[in-house]
Amino acid sequence: MTPFTNFESKMIPLPLNNVDTDQIIPARFLKTTSKLGLDKQLFNDWRYDADGNPKPEFVINKPEMQGRQVLLAGDNFACGSSREHAPWALTQWGLRAVISTSFADIFKQNALKNSLLPIVVPADVHAELLAAGDDAVVKIDLPNQLLTTPSGRQVEFPVDAFSKHCLLKGVDELGYILEQSAEIATFEASHPAHINALAAAV
Amino acid sequence: MPRTIIEKLWDSHVVHERPGAPTLLYIDLHLVHEVTSPQAFQGLRERGLKVRRPELTIATADHSIPTSDRSLPIVDQIARKQLEQLEANCKEFGIRCLGVHSDRQGIVHVIGPELGLTQPGMTVVCGDSHTATHGAFGALAFGIGTSEVEQVLAMQCLLQRKSKTFQVQVDGTLHAGVSAKDIILALIAQIGVGGGTGSIFEYTGSAIRALTMDERMTVCNMSIEGGSRAGLIAPDDTTFEYLSGRDHAPKAAEWDEAVVRWKQFGTDQGATYDRTLHIDANALEPMITYGTNPGMGVSINAPLPEPSQVADPLERDSITKALAYMGLEGGKPLVGHPIDVVFIGSCTNSRISDLRTAAGILKGRKVSDKVRVMVVPGSQEIKRQAIAEGLPEIFRAAGAEWREPGCSMCIAMNGDQLSPGQYSVSTSNRNFEGRQGKGGRTFLASPLTAAASAITGVVTDVRTLL
Repeated sequence: MTPFTNFESKMIPLPLNNVDTDQIIPARFLKTTSKLGLDKQLFNDWRYDADGNPKPEFVINKPEMQGRQVLLAGDNFACGSSREHAPWALTQWGLRAVISTSFADIFKQNALKNSLLPIVVPADVHAELLAAGDDAVVKIDLPNQLLTTPSGRQVEFPVDAFSKHCLLKGVDELGYILEQSAEIATFEASHPAHINALAAAV
Repeated sequence: MPRTIIEKLWDSHVVHERPGAPTLLYIDLHLVHEVTSPQAFQGLRERGLKVRRPELTIATADHSIPTSDRSLPIVDQIARKQLEQLEANCKEFGIRCLGVHSDRQGIVHVIGPELGLTQPGMTVVCGDSHTATHGAFGALAFGIGTSEVEQVLAMQCLLQRKSKTFQVQVDGTLHAGVSAKDIILALIAQIGVGGGTGSIFEYTGSAIRALTMDERMTVCNMSIEGGSRAGLIAPDDTTFEYLSGRDHAPKAAEWDEAVVRWKQFGTDQGATYDRTLHIDANALEPMITYGTNPGMGVSINAPLPEPSQVADPLERDSITKALAYMGLEGGKPLVGHPIDVVFIGSCTNSRISDLRTAAGILKGRKVSDKVRVMVVPGSQEIKRQAIAEGLPEIFRAAGAEWREPGCSMCIAMNGDQLSPGQYSVSTSNRNFEGRQGKGGRTFLASPLTAAASAITGVVTDVRTLL
């Protein structure tokens, strides 16, 4: 993973509550065995018409939205399935952060593992960002956990210390877990006997 | 200090807790399927890692698999490649795979319990959000992403942060025509699809205790639709009776020891929850969803919401957008609305009791000639059981299709799908836009409501047919 660095960007507004993972990337595109190439299908069914042509009115198709790195979404963003294809598609399109009032649990964890920062803000800040207009810029400072709104207001956002470390250093969790092998073995030794071969053929 | 079952499950799986890091939690059972695992196996290969505990891991093919004749080659080349990849990965990494041609193949959340793999007191994960299903056995079971699938394959552990505890207490008795599906749809309609975010549900109360294991699985299955990654029910004699004699359940002396251990996984007297919500089972009616998330549900005869009467602007926009997508008007009930397809299946409602329920309504009747009715059993084992009971003949005689096991039209990855604009009454778990096929429109309901609507060709209150 690439280390997460501070940046500023205009926002892509998607002011809908409960945007689900089937909208972010429909299930029929999950037959791939690769992580790559999913940006083409991001928001597929909202983005293209029946003939596969981009709908000019859908927000990420607008020329001025190209290159923007922050999505401003509504409450409970990315509810639904556990598909990691959702953060893969979002990051491959170029997004680095999503701002919302809340995120679905599984998505939030998946996003953090893919250098996509889920930023939770209070409702009043969310309303301010939505009202700020199309060309308003936000600044994201992960080390200090600060979001600077277009009016210059600095808002602290929560990130747990471990995820923050992984994001800033560009390392993943598995490396850390691999180092715990001895302790895992100790735990396994205390396991109930019948669980030890649980799924072996009977 | 008195603890809830949620805390006991957590505490008994902590490998370590270190300041500044999430808890390292041990996973007892890892279920794998073709859609969310290929990139994880590739990750292992790139790092030169093995699967740490292949004997705690089991795979099956369910999402992309056709539900038509399995002796024929798979037409969809991308799906075929994915299914072949699963079998190849399992072979390479030493994992047992109940693949396309296995007589144990089935929906991952159906076969885990059916084989006796899912047991009380366990942690269970799968790269699928409906893993909560296994919570019905008093297990801590939750869906994970592909990076986490890779972590569990490699080290049998996950880094986890504690969730809040949310008790859903359901007391009373369900009336005729009202089922487990209606309990969970009513809960989600009440709290919304984000209502359980950051929490784990424990379902308690006399109405939950009265449910069979199949019904408990239906309730726990849809916990994620209320925003909660996991939902569980403390084990009791119903749980033990279900497990007794199953392939992977403990046997003889080990069984007795296991039951003693399992009985410890109950919530202690005096334990407290972060939140509690009560539902009166006596007051429940058959539920149906009208919108584009599972929280948009109403009692079957109730009028749909009028967007103009919703105060919150984003909420109003959501309902307006949902009604427009669904081609519905606010203020009117759904009963009587024409439908095109009925789907009876999915990890929510494809178990033998669901099929018996549907057959009970369809027996001696004909489905509407305007409606395509698909019955998709959850596993090969359920298929065999249904055949032994003569259920396929009942479905076929009524004019319904009897198909091969898989996720099918719940997720519409395998060619079983709605055409744009079509309406379905579906026993599955999600009514998101396009979930059952691009442009398709889903009404989620119980097997009873689905079977009743199949006969009339319109959304129907099953109580009019009982």
